[in-house]
Amino acid sequence: MPYNLTVNGKSYAVDVDGDIPLLWVLRDTIGLTGTKFGCGIAMCGACTVHVDGLPVRSCILPVSEAAEKPVTTIEAIGETPEGKKIQAAWLDIDVVQCGYCQSGQIMSATALLATNSSPTDADIDAVMAGNICRCGTYPRIRAAIKQAARG
Amino acid sequence: MSIFDRTAVSRRGFLIGASLTGAGLVIGFRPQPAAAQAGAQPFAPNAFIRIPPEGKITFVMPAVEMGQGIYTAVAMMLAEELEVGLDQVVLEHAPTDPKQYANPLLGDQITGGSLSVRGVYEQMRKAGAAGRIMLVAAAARDWGVSPDACKAEAGQVVETGGSRKAAYGNLIAAAASEAVPQDVPLKPASSYRVIGKPARRLDSPEKVNGTAKFGIDARPDGVSYAAIAICPHFNGKVRAVDEAPAMAVKGVKKVVRIEEAVAVVADNTGAARKGLAALSIDWDPGPSGSLAQAELERLMDQAIDGKALPHVNEGDVTKAEAEHGPVHEFVYRMPILTHSAMEPMNCTVHVRADGCDVWVGTQIMSRARQAAADVTGLPLEKVVVHNHLLGGGFGRRLDVDGITLATKIAKQVDGPVKVTWSREEDIRHDCYRYLNYSRVTATLGADGLPVSWRHRVIGPSVMARWLPAFTKDGVDLDQMAGAETPYQIPNRQTDFARHEAPDGMLTGNWRGVGATRNIPPVECGIDELAGIAGVDPLEYRRRLLAHKPRLLAALNLAAEKAGWSTALPKGKGRGIALAEDFGSFAAMIAEVTVGEDGKFKTDRIVCAVDCGQVINPDTVEAQIQSGVVYGLSAALYGRITVENGAVVEGNFDDAPVVRIHETPPIEVHIVPSTEPPGGIGEVGTPGVAPSLVNAIAAATGKRLRTWPIDQSDLRRV
Repeated sequence: MPYNLTVNGKSYAVDVDGDIPLLWVLRDTIGLTGTKFGCGIAMCGACTVHVDGLPVRSCILPVSEAAEKPVTTIEAIGETPEGKKIQAAWLDIDVVQCGYCQSGQIMSATALLATNSSPTDADIDAVMAGNICRCGTYPRIRAAIKQAARG
Repeated sequence: MSIFDRTAVSRRGFLIGASLTGAGLVIGFRPQPAAAQAGAQPFAPNAFIRIPPEGKITFVMPAVEMGQGIYTAVAMMLAEELEVGLDQVVLEHAPTDPKQYANPLLGDQITGGSLSVRGVYEQMRKAGAAGRIMLVAAAARDWGVSPDACKAEAGQVVETGGSRKAAYGNLIAAAASEAVPQDVPLKPASSYRVIGKPARRLDSPEKVNGTAKFGIDARPDGVSYAAIAICPHFNGKVRAVDEAPAMAVKGVKKVVRIEEAVAVVADNTGAARKGLAALSIDWDPGPSGSLAQAELERLMDQAIDGKALPHVNEGDVTKAEAEHGPVHEFVYRMPILTHSAMEPMNCTVHVRADGCDVWVGTQIMSRARQAAADVTGLPLEKVVVHNHLLGGGFGRRLDVDGITLATKIAKQVDGPVKVTWSREEDIRHDCYRYLNYSRVTATLGADGLPVSWRHRVIGPSVMARWLPAFTKDGVDLDQMAGAETPYQIPNRQTDFARHEAPDGMLTGNWRGVGATRNIPPVECGIDELAGIAGVDPLEYRRRLLAHKPRLLAALNLAAEKAGWSTALPKGKGRGIALAEDFGSFAAMIAEVTVGEDGKFKTDRIVCAVDCGQVINPDTVEAQIQSGVVYGLSAALYGRITVENGAVVEGNFDDAPVVRIHETPPIEVHIVPSTEPPGGIGEVGTPGVAPSLVNAIAAATGKRLRTWPIDQSDLRRV
């Protein structure tokens, strides 16, 4: 049975099994490749997207559970006020290295800022510990979140 | 001596690529279909620059971007001499063409060994300068003035003291008929306007908005998606598989069986993974099926006292030991490590009767093309490799096993197929840093300083397989890098006891290569000796480094910034490690706290580095931090184990890596230098494991000699 998805404000009817993770529908079926595959078990955060405004790991979220709900990916997160601030801080601090995990980092950081406008180090740790970066951009991620929070 | 050390490379005679001075400086147009249709050829003074009549200038990148910032660095070098701003350029991946794009120090199109900036520093500046000279000459000729009466700035030629100006785009036709300059003078470093100044990365915007394309993002028309299960046992094979359960999954098109793996092809990767999970594959584990970790470690221990080939031999170690005794001996044991790049291994291949296209991110372009040619039987010129950004390399993408596998599968698929490995496949089929042991034996003189140093290096030879030219008389020169220490010790001997991983367990290059292998035993060994001598470890090293002013200066700067001379409260300790390699000199000081419960925390890491002429100071800071975090993951968690001839660990749950909350503040201080640039992508990694162990010893009196650090009980002794 096809599922109706709303991704970044656009509607898609996708004809896949309901237990296929949202990640692969976004990347392969719809063609939005900004969301990344890292581990497949919600351990690394590379696949983070927002469903109904909340951050989820799309590598384990069945597509059936995302149907009929607004899904936002890295491609459109800059249209939210927090996403715009986070992306601007990411550019200003020059956080990225290989860049592969950064979509997920930005999606997690944006969700953090949306619920906590001035996160402490402990707040940042609690949320961002779910996102792995093998290039070790963590010091700059921390600095960028603080800069984005300042305005 | 480092892997790929410039002198060593030249001496060993495999410098077969372009020379530093003349490389690629020939007029050559690479046809650009769109521009050709418009009737306007871009001006390409060489293989690295294309200037169109309008719009941005294209820089073609000879090295690949895997996070190390080389695209920005190369652009800075070209822009410096071409006299354009970084906002006036766009970047393009080089195609496979070792004649044009080989790293001059390696003679091949390889990105590794922290050699990109070192290799192309002169070549890129000369390429930029040649283009500028031709553009200036064209304008001068048009205006009837001497080129000396013109200057170039921000993408235009300006008449000095006059009013005439011409944008580069308006000069391209005339510039193309100017002679290629043979003698290309370069700016002195004191005139640099781009090099050495902090610059924002040119690849940041696309990596921040999700449009950056990694190999895994390739979607050629008609692509299908494959999930793969490789036989978990080393050298094992597929015995039997019933395809039906996978074929029953919606979206699955085909089950492909090759000798060592099964792949399920579907219209999306999720369906392919679901189909693969539905299969019960009967594996033939092969001859290694009973191998276990304890046995691998026992064999390594046995190899410590086995045969070894001599390498460094200075003075008379045996005599010094007899005269000075007692002999102090330490054995250090390092575990099997994975690369675990964030982008799992993947490769998209389209095999046709008349050609083959490969979409991948690789550190080794020419071998990538060769791998697909070997599998398909097609001539090299029929294979096109479309390189992409790499979601981490760390040495993993210096091997092409993933391209070989994907091409084997693609031969059985109509149209292009993207083969994406699961994280489990990525961890269980890596080119591992294998077990490495070191035995250090030393004697001290009356002043407490070492008079003899023996270092036996036990482990595999990656170079025997990967780059045989970097072996000598059976000794792997990378494995031996720095084993003799940078310290002034009159009698030194190193030898290599080669001991390979089991058949079928691939071993490869890992960030920091030989330095990461040998600096832990060297820096822990010297620290242990300082302790025996009762001398402060900073002072001990200083006394042994009078002949190494750059390393000593880095050490002194790190010590000052770390506040070495200020006392720490009980339970805290500082530890030093030095790293001299890749043409750079780094000193690291770790500060740790060990609690009453025996658990430890890294409070901060201070690093001072002299990497010669800095290209982008912002990248130097980022790369040292990166190297430190990578080293921290290995020091705290890195340990792959083997049971039943297969790797046990499979994902970030049982093979964890450092996360943000475990990352201490990492300070980076640059020692100003006008020496030629050194590499920066790896020199931050090797010092982490030893500086932590030395800091723990300072805090507790406990000397660890095995990694990863056993955090279960570090209570003070």
